[in-house]
Amino acid sequence: MAGFLARRLLGSVLLVAVAASLAYLLAAGALDPRANYADRTPKPPPAVVDARLTELNLNDRTPLLRRYLTWAGGVLHGDFGRSVTGTPVGEDLARRAGVTFRLVLLGLVCGSVLGVLCGAYAAVRQYGWFDRLSTAAAFVLLAVPVVVLANGAILAGTWANDQVFGHRVLLVGGEYTAGLDAGFWGSLLDRLRHLALPTITLSLGLIAVFSRYQRTMMLDVLGADFIRTAMAKGLSRRRALIRHGLRTALIPVVTYFAFTTGALLTGATFTEKIFGWHGLGERLISSIFTNDVNTVAAIACLAAVAVLCASFAADALHALLDPRVLDARVRGAG
Amino acid sequence: MTLSEEELAEERTGPGPARAAPPSRLRVVTGRFFASRQGRLGFAVLAVLVALACAGPLFSPWAYTDKDFLAFLRPPSAAHWFGTSQTGADVYAMTLRGMRRSLLVGLLAALVSTALAALVGAFAGYFLGWTDRVLSRLTDLLLVLPAFLILAIMSPLFGAGQWPLFVLMLALFLWMVTSKITRGMTISLKQREFVQAARYMGVPPMKIIFSHVLPNLSSLLIVDATLNVSAAILTETSLSYFGFGIQPPDVSLGTLIADGSRTAVYAPWTFWFAAGLLVITVLAVNLVGDALRDAFDPTARRSR
Repeated sequence: MAGFLARRLLGSVLLVAVAASLAYLLAAGALDPRANYADRTPKPPPAVVDARLTELNLNDRTPLLRRYLTWAGGVLHGDFGRSVTGTPVGEDLARRAGVTFRLVLLGLVCGSVLGVLCGAYAAVRQYGWFDRLSTAAAFVLLAVPVVVLANGAILAGTWANDQVFGHRVLLVGGEYTAGLDAGFWGSLLDRLRHLALPTITLSLGLIAVFSRYQRTMMLDVLGADFIRTAMAKGLSRRRALIRHGLRTALIPVVTYFAFTTGALLTGATFTEKIFGWHGLGERLISSIFTNDVNTVAAIACLAAVAVLCASFAADALHALLDPRVLDARVRGAG
Repeated sequence: MTLSEEELAEERTGPGPARAAPPSRLRVVTGRFFASRQGRLGFAVLAVLVALACAGPLFSPWAYTDKDFLAFLRPPSAAHWFGTSQTGADVYAMTLRGMRRSLLVGLLAALVSTALAALVGAFAGYFLGWTDRVLSRLTDLLLVLPAFLILAIMSPLFGAGQWPLFVLMLALFLWMVTSKITRGMTISLKQREFVQAARYMGVPPMKIIFSHVLPNLSSLLIVDATLNVSAAILTETSLSYFGFGIQPPDVSLGTLIADGSRTAVYAPWTFWFAAGLLVITVLAVNLVGDALRDAFDPTARRSR
């Protein structure tokens, strides 16, 4: 078991290293930080620009390989270099990761829990009105891209503020009102008002995916022998379904949950950008526009780590819930 | 149609040489596809949309590059069927042009990515050993790299008129999961008698892959190609929304939605026509893909 884990860990670390290096080389090759200085007035002298770029390890006149080695050496020591404005990339990203986390957490919890419940209920009452309704809704939601969903949420929120509440209840843009002094509960309420629309945007898509997934899994389980046995043993249908059915059907969904969490770290890009949250995803877009090579590479590295951690977590959770997996894997790995 | 009914139908039509042609797999699948309601609906909607995208601009006096300097941000009227944008461009002409571009990008990207998935998966699964190790590593690497980031970095290359390159890059990030499935299925196909027989008769591996392995995976690949169309369209929209995809003066549904969302509050027609058509397109493609999957494998329907 330990050998199997160690080998997988080594493979993953190598994969992250290759992915991050590739991202750095691509970014350093395609982005042009020198362009940032071209339309400044007054135009800085070329020697100054050169010196500044060299200082930040962004000078395109240094050979790419040397720039890469400098960057890689820094990363090995936990230093992701500095952004085009000279601030350390690591600190900036750590702060932004917190913002993204606060944004995604509620949406992820709401989306997955509601999705699982919807899917399970739809499966139990297959071809009932709820099943048909939720299937149709999920189909439509899966066809709506996040950009349209987010903009639709903003429009709906604006409309609700005007027509339903009469004043601005749902706030669009930012994480909290700057300079608000309303005590703990006041600022918490303010944060929730900002959080409402992005959370709805995030969870709607997740509910659609999770409910489809859970419904399929639940339908597979419903016909299984152990449910019949549980009911024959004297359990009520409800208890048998919840204790034995739902739990078994959850196993593959948990795997999917782990992957979604990993992907959402940078995948909430659209939601963040449109609602004006200063998280990782927003930085991703702005760093490309500002030709910020080091930040781009750092985010790529982070995303790769997140995906691999998620795949590890998925495997671990799967093995935890389903002991057969662990046996098979250990035996298979020799 | 259940399996026994199918066999009966086959027996009835099979022996008589002068009777109707025997039910080929294609005909059976087509029949099943059009027997399902979602298949008919999705196909009809998609056909209407494609017709609209191709023939629609002919009926409008405005081209997508025209500007009407007498009508800025006007609601839909007889002169401008979908209204006009902030710069006076005709929203109808622009939306149809954008839809044509989005559909084309989606179709091509899906075709390329499915072909890539089929080739990589089949080669890795058939040859195993080092081929498999190298190709699987490559697949894993592309899965780990954030697609959005790489596409966005490459975006300066997709200047005006360079959209085929964009399609290729888009396809490059869509094939990995399918290729993993293809690989697994190829490994099991390799054990089957007809492949074994071909091998012992000395058929070269390339020929085995192209005439024995891939045709047996066609149902998976066709369904995958269909669903990839919607994935490609959605990715294209998101990238174009942030200016990383289709570049002006060319328009796609993504760039239109991006422009429209700025004026959506007081001029809803600039946003909702493009957004609505996009949603309907993706929905129709998904319906077709789902119906196709059911048509290829009717037993899977009950479990879904």
